[in-house]
Amino acid sequence: MKIAVHHIKWMNIFLNILIWGFAVLWILPFIGIFMTSVLPYRDVILYGWLRIPFDISLSNYITVLTDPLYDLAQGYKNSLIVASIGTIIPIFLAALTAYGFTYFNFTSKTLLFGLILFMMTVPQQLVVIPLFKLYIDIEKTFGIHLIDSLMGISLLHSAWGIPWLIFFFRNYFSLIPKSITDAAKVDGASELTTFFRIILPIAIPGVIAGSVIQFTWVWNDLFYALIFLISPDKYVITREVLNIKGEYHVDWGLLTAGSIIAMTLPLIVYTLFNKYFVKGIVGWGVKA
Amino acid sequence: MSNNMRKNIIFFIPTFSFVALFVIYPIVYTFILSFESENAYTLNNYFKVLSESNPLYMLIVKNIALSPPWGALLHNIVWVLIHAPVTIILSLVISYMIKYYYIKGSSLIKALLFLGMVIPPVIGGLIIRFMFDENIGIIPKIMRLLSLDVILRIPELSKTWMNYPSLALFSLILGSIWLWLGFCITIISAGIETIPQSHIEVAKVFGASSFKILFKVIVPELKTVILTVFVLTILWDLKLFDIVYASTGGGPGGSSTVLALIMYQYFIYASRYGGYGRSAAVAVILTIITLIPASIYIYRSLKRS
Repeated sequence: MKIAVHHIKWMNIFLNILIWGFAVLWILPFIGIFMTSVLPYRDVILYGWLRIPFDISLSNYITVLTDPLYDLAQGYKNSLIVASIGTIIPIFLAALTAYGFTYFNFTSKTLLFGLILFMMTVPQQLVVIPLFKLYIDIEKTFGIHLIDSLMGISLLHSAWGIPWLIFFFRNYFSLIPKSITDAAKVDGASELTTFFRIILPIAIPGVIAGSVIQFTWVWNDLFYALIFLISPDKYVITREVLNIKGEYHVDWGLLTAGSIIAMTLPLIVYTLFNKYFVKGIVGWGVKA
Repeated sequence: MSNNMRKNIIFFIPTFSFVALFVIYPIVYTFILSFESENAYTLNNYFKVLSESNPLYMLIVKNIALSPPWGALLHNIVWVLIHAPVTIILSLVISYMIKYYYIKGSSLIKALLFLGMVIPPVIGGLIIRFMFDENIGIIPKIMRLLSLDVILRIPELSKTWMNYPSLALFSLILGSIWLWLGFCITIISAGIETIPQSHIEVAKVFGASSFKILFKVIVPELKTVILTVFVLTILWDLKLFDIVYASTGGGPGGSSTVLALIMYQYFIYASRYGGYGRSAAVAVILTIITLIPASIYIYRSLKRS
């Protein structure tokens, strides 16, 4: 018996070391780019980055943020604008429609929902060519700037986020007991009133989860930014960081500093809203 | 009833007209464009992109060699074949250990492993390049330390992997395991939470080993969750763009291209010289391939609702 207990104890210690070792291995790349961003590049080449940093310098950060050649500050601002618009519009529209899908019965409901699911799985590459042409035509005929404009790309991100958000909110709303909406209707509330006054307040955690993930996805996107943003002052952060990487020579000091800056916001969002984030991801996956 | 319906249409009309303009119309138009060449509607674009033999644009190589380039389509398939099983088995084992053994700080471990899903994939691609760099990356150093480059007779293992056609694709696939594992662990862990503890206890009473519990009790109970994760992983593998674009750009010599990247290259070409047909054709080919896993996802979601 004693041997068995000992055996379990040692086994547990071993497993703890194994899993923690694995986790450390997994975040090692993050440590690597952080160290490279604050250490002199020459030292990194000579001595490696896996050591205690004595001579920390923020010069790489200052360069990529202020040097007009890189100007990550502008990219950061642009990303904030695009990700904010690209979250607010689809959250509102998707919640409205998800309510319709949850509480109304109509003949083409399954077909429409199938269309939503189809749009969730389609690759981004399938929509850019016609929109690129359309944006140019709109500019030519109406003088409205959608190509090479933050508004143009924000609208596309909004539309692109709607299908998965409808799916997500519909799952969320269907967990709210029917008795609540029934009670509202007995009191004579219209559907719109029920949505705004009753369902939306109850669904705040779901709205936060959806917003957090949509915001991160828009922030993280590169493909739409490559297609639709042309002049450097319109670049979003993901695009801006790639500019640091030269054609032949890579200055890893600047590039890692830029990388860290580009991922700060998603990391802050993830840390602050960890529970919502994970719930959102699980809701997206497991419910399918 | 019809009056009600008319009022309630406000729940659908704004959303669907918005989506119709920005998503549905472009999808339909891309399909049409993919058939259009020289003012006629034919399959020409498809023949051209599928038979292209320039490695930078190639989808399928004619004479397959031991080392890439094999063409973007085959690269995507190789990606799925390696990436999907490895990530899923690894996340099953880790989720199981975290749940059924006393691991200190298990939620912190899960949070750390999930980081790859939070950061922009572009940055993920740059970090992968960083890790496989000869001067500052850790992987070539480990290879040299273990003399694996000598033992396996692959000298490139201790160099910058992304400079060599034989290794570029595989360094990206390995890196994508690092980025995507956290997602699989999160979903599978959530699934394991729903398995009644009693099922595990019964198996333990009968003296089943951990290995048997994992594969004979947990895996069958998680069948639907695993299928979902599998489908989502394949979809992610097929749609990859940012990671490749940021790290290798498809090179060297087209040895790490993927479908989405080829579509982009045709697009850039067309935006200068005109003729979007081939770019559209590659986008449609990519979509048709994603529809194989996607249809499972769509079908199961519809059945549930």
